[in-house]
Amino acid sequence: MNIELFSQYLVAGLTYGIIYSIVAIGFNIIYNTTGIINFAQGEFVMIGGMTAVTLYNFMPMPLAIAAAVIITMIIGALIEIVFIRWLVSPSVLRMIIITIGISIITREIALHVWDEKVRALPYFTGTAVTSISIGGVHISPQVIWVVGICTLVVLVLNFFFSYTLLGKQMRACSSNRNAARLCGISAKNMVTLSFVLSAGIGALAGCIVSPITYVQYDSGTGLAIKGFTVAVLGGLGNSMAAVAAGIILGVLESFSIWIMPTAFKDAISISILLLILFVRPGGIFGNKEALSLKEF
Amino acid sequence: MKKTRHLQILILIVTVISIQLLTQATDTSYYLTQLTMSAYYSLVIIGLSLVMGYAGQISIGHAGFFAIGGYMSALLTTHNLLPYKDSTFVLILSKAGLLVSRQDLYGTDLLTVHPWVSCILAIVITIVIAYVIGGPVLKLKGHYLAMATLGFGIIIFRIVLGSSIFGEADGLSDVPAFALLPGIEVSGKMPVRVLNYYIAWTMVVTGMVLLSNLVNSRIGRALRSIHGSEDAANAMGVNISKYKLHTFVLSAVFAAVAGVMLTHYNGGIGPSEASVMKSVRYVAIVAIGGMANLWGALIMGVLLNFLSLRGYFGSMDDAIFGGILIIIMLFAPNGLLRLEILGRLKKAKPKTGTEQA
Repeated sequence: MNIELFSQYLVAGLTYGIIYSIVAIGFNIIYNTTGIINFAQGEFVMIGGMTAVTLYNFMPMPLAIAAAVIITMIIGALIEIVFIRWLVSPSVLRMIIITIGISIITREIALHVWDEKVRALPYFTGTAVTSISIGGVHISPQVIWVVGICTLVVLVLNFFFSYTLLGKQMRACSSNRNAARLCGISAKNMVTLSFVLSAGIGALAGCIVSPITYVQYDSGTGLAIKGFTVAVLGGLGNSMAAVAAGIILGVLESFSIWIMPTAFKDAISISILLLILFVRPGGIFGNKEALSLKEF
Repeated sequence: MKKTRHLQILILIVTVISIQLLTQATDTSYYLTQLTMSAYYSLVIIGLSLVMGYAGQISIGHAGFFAIGGYMSALLTTHNLLPYKDSTFVLILSKAGLLVSRQDLYGTDLLTVHPWVSCILAIVITIVIAYVIGGPVLKLKGHYLAMATLGFGIIIFRIVLGSSIFGEADGLSDVPAFALLPGIEVSGKMPVRVLNYYIAWTMVVTGMVLLSNLVNSRIGRALRSIHGSEDAANAMGVNISKYKLHTFVLSAVFAAVAGVMLTHYNGGIGPSEASVMKSVRYVAIVAIGGMANLWGALIMGVLLNFLSLRGYFGSMDDAIFGGILIIIMLFAPNGLLRLEILGRLKKAKPKTGTEQA
């Protein structure tokens, strides 16, 4: 393997890794406020991408993306209000099954609204063959868009959770729901908000990666599994660690093509997930104490 | 308790026979094909009901075990060993009577593993995999357990979809009939349709007898205590990890047996049998049946699979299972076929009677 090819694989791994981290952050936001893993997280990414592609026919791209994100946020809110908000302390098993059901229904509706065709937004700048050469490595401008926007999202989220009142309220709900309610925070609204937020982030991710990865009615499931792997790898609920974990998984996956046929790429990342779950369920950056505090 | 169990089994047997007689009388015996297939799927479902309902452990990977059973027996019974017939290993096998020579549709000579041998091998492999996977997986709880089993299912799906030996997207076909005994063979051919209906349902009845005895025994009580509270069960001296693991392996064997039989019945297997949607469907049916309710799981398993196989749901097949899943979990998390509901109906009835009077 020469150095050029090596860096090329590294860049590819990095790009996918960042996409996975964004999905993982979506998981974490909902997990933090509710203790639920939303199995329909990948569907938000799919809806975002698909809506943007459809709207792009009628309006300029930035507007189409913004509209797609807002529509997905509304869908996220609706899902929470219709299916989750009114349940009185549901068991984990019940929540898992409900979110799986939501994911199936969303996918089937998407199949009937759009069709089985694979779609994509055009490249934000240049075309599929445009590339910027940095030290002999060819990078598509879209990769820079992905990396840039995702970094921005992470920074903004960090600011939101650390410095704004709303962000602090959401964090309060995640650390102790009853105490937060005694302070006058509406825990139910915070849950809805977390769904809106994570739907929005998912949709944004779906829009910016669609030129590279394409979207299809069923592309959400694969991303959800990867996102979950990354979330667990970094330690559930820890969004900053998710970025590091995402990059690790992306790079590992990218280099796995060297030893294994591409058809087994997914099997590799899932094997990593299983391995992590067996050996260090708290994630590579997590510790056992933090894990035992979380309810399952 | 024991009497009701005997009665339930008896009712099942009577129902099975009367359905067959009914289809014969009304000349609708084509229904038997789907009923046979539903019976095999129900085997997976009652096995999963044991894990989910009684031991309280979710598994979204049972299609994986079904596929392991089906694919192993399909591979062994169709893979031609003739090119290797002089190698010592194959010679030993053939001397031991484990191989059969036959001809395929085009008259090519084949030397393949005997269906009985491949069936047993498939089950042994499933047991090994279930132990290896189940050991660490069942230590996990909640979301982690769900994701891990889902991940297992996807790995199996990717392997069968990506390996040329398993036929990739086409799956394996031309699987021969499985002669259980001389004259009694599992295959989808027309003349043996009624026979196969009875073979499948004999297996379901056997499975039900086994499982309903199990859940009403000491083991069943231990499992329910695990479902209630693992810590409490542990404190009472129940070896929870052992019970969980054995239940998981047993249900995997149910799935694998169903896979083996259905593959011989259909004459082939495709990667869709290993897909996540299949696993979710099994979970959905167990949930509808009422989790810890073997009879509910069986009735719903047969009913929904039959309707699905007959094509009543059309292109909405997956959507309907997803919808049912949500509605049941939102409004009746204990399933539809519950005695409470019957009890409530009974209570409600006299009321309406007095109103009329």
